[in-house]
Amino acid sequence: MTRDNSIVVEKLVRQFKKGPRAVDGIDLHVAPGEIYGFLGPNGAGKSTTVLMLTTLLPPTDGKALVGGYNVRTEGPKVRSVIGAALQEAALDPLLTGRDHLRLQTMLQAIPRPERKARQNELLDRVGLTEAADRKVGGYSGGMKRRLDLALALVHRPSILFLDEPTTGLDPQSRTALWEEVARLAREDRVTVFLTTQYLEEADVLADRVGIIDHGKIVAEGTPAALKAEIGRASIHVIPRSEEDRPRIIEVLLRFGEKLGSERDLAVRLNDGLGMADVIRAMDADGIVAADVELRAPTLDDVFLAKTGRTLEGAATGEDGAPGG
Amino acid sequence: MSALPTQVGALAQRSIMRTARQPASAIPPLLFPVALMLLNSGGLHASTELPGFPTDSFLAFALAVPFIQGALFSTMNAGTDLARDIQTGFFSRLALTPVRGGALLAGQLAGIVTLGVLQAIFYITCGLLLGVRFAAGPAGIALLLVYAALVAVAFGAIGSYLALRTGSGEAIQGLFPLLFVFLFVSSMNTPRNLIAVGWFQFLASINPISYLIECIRSLVITGWDAEALALGFSIATVMAIVAVIVASREMGRRLDRA
Repeated sequence: MTRDNSIVVEKLVRQFKKGPRAVDGIDLHVAPGEIYGFLGPNGAGKSTTVLMLTTLLPPTDGKALVGGYNVRTEGPKVRSVIGAALQEAALDPLLTGRDHLRLQTMLQAIPRPERKARQNELLDRVGLTEAADRKVGGYSGGMKRRLDLALALVHRPSILFLDEPTTGLDPQSRTALWEEVARLAREDRVTVFLTTQYLEEADVLADRVGIIDHGKIVAEGTPAALKAEIGRASIHVIPRSEEDRPRIIEVLLRFGEKLGSERDLAVRLNDGLGMADVIRAMDADGIVAADVELRAPTLDDVFLAKTGRTLEGAATGEDGAPGG
Repeated sequence: MSALPTQVGALAQRSIMRTARQPASAIPPLLFPVALMLLNSGGLHASTELPGFPTDSFLAFALAVPFIQGALFSTMNAGTDLARDIQTGFFSRLALTPVRGGALLAGQLAGIVTLGVLQAIFYITCGLLLGVRFAAGPAGIALLLVYAALVAVAFGAIGSYLALRTGSGEAIQGLFPLLFVFLFVSSMNTPRNLIAVGWFQFLASINPISYLIECIRSLVITGWDAEALALGFSIATVMAIVAVIVASREMGRRLDRA
């Protein structure tokens, strides 16, 4: 029988005592084998949602089925099919990477003859074989994150929760982790629920994205569909001479609405117009620019359109909920 | 075969490994009580001249104290470690495994008991090297190790309860002096019947720590004293049962919250 590794959430709520409604009646459906990116600023309700879906925090209201099991009433069954790497890499600095895996294989009741092979396989997969016998206290952030992922995979879960897995990582470590997550979904058909505040991460990795703000899902769809909803690209000009600035903005405003601050030379292009139209008009007016760039709509544009704020700007406005 | 013994063993192994890899927190619980015992033996030796003092060796009289002091240190260390696990999210990682509350607590306590017995062996060895003769003989020493394990369960469960209740290592360290007050207001330095100050004698008589100490003391200086042994073992057993029950409940609450 095929195991159901979907996530179905209906009207899920988490209200903290004397606190805000961190998650406010969200609905979600994550298909088996899908990578679902849960995008939002700090305090939006991302981590609270993950804690509820992993049975670490009881919901106040609503329903959530993970792998076909109810998170309220079937906690042990939910835990048997999920792996989780939560926001902070929860590791013991005094243990080595191998100690962690040994402990995890024993606690997950992996049969004794298979334990060592499983430990070595996972160490190899996350590129920690050489560092396996060093204490975790001396690991870099990227190494800790990779070990955290390996520990989440010990019992071969069919659903994986990753809560901001690349926060604070250097670009190289981030890319390595993305590759591994993509491989898990592609080859092992693992369903991945990934929270992030990085637009690029959601864009690169996720099959579908849900954008959460103040505990509510404000947009959902494939990254391409969400960006297509916004539809229009923007054009950004860097003047060769500061004196050209007023003339450039005059030209740009013929093609779309102004973007950014007073000094930015950028517009969101009206439908049917492209970069060539703008360059031709600048040529006709004898304006030479240092650089002209056409930018496709981003998920930040989607966030801006749905909430009236940029994701980066929203990140500074904490709402008091634990984690994201 | 059930995975439970493997899981408890794995958690105990981690607990011991952590202690072994932190010499700064593992060595003071061994050395400090012995140093204090030697200091007290030097300064309070004259007490043995008091009529009715049970032995002419203050060292033999004082040897019981390190066992309880060491147990108090272990309580604090074990509690602090568990609280740190809660604070860092390691406890959540454990909560996501199939291991349930009872096994988590048993694993934690198994590590504490192992360390408690090793501590007891160290104190016994120190006593023997310093010339103390155990009146109850080798069988008494063996019983002392069983008693040390029981006391470790009791104090370890108290430390675990405090950690699970507060989730804060700082809170546990803050409670430590309070636990030490119990030790000082006991018969640790003077037999209860020779304490001249009325209120002190009263407090020492209602303080369970006095009876825990006197049980060990009886094996060292008296031999097989049924009353002292019965009192000590009874109190340690009751403490262990109550502490394990409240710690289990708190573990359940913490896992429900988790």
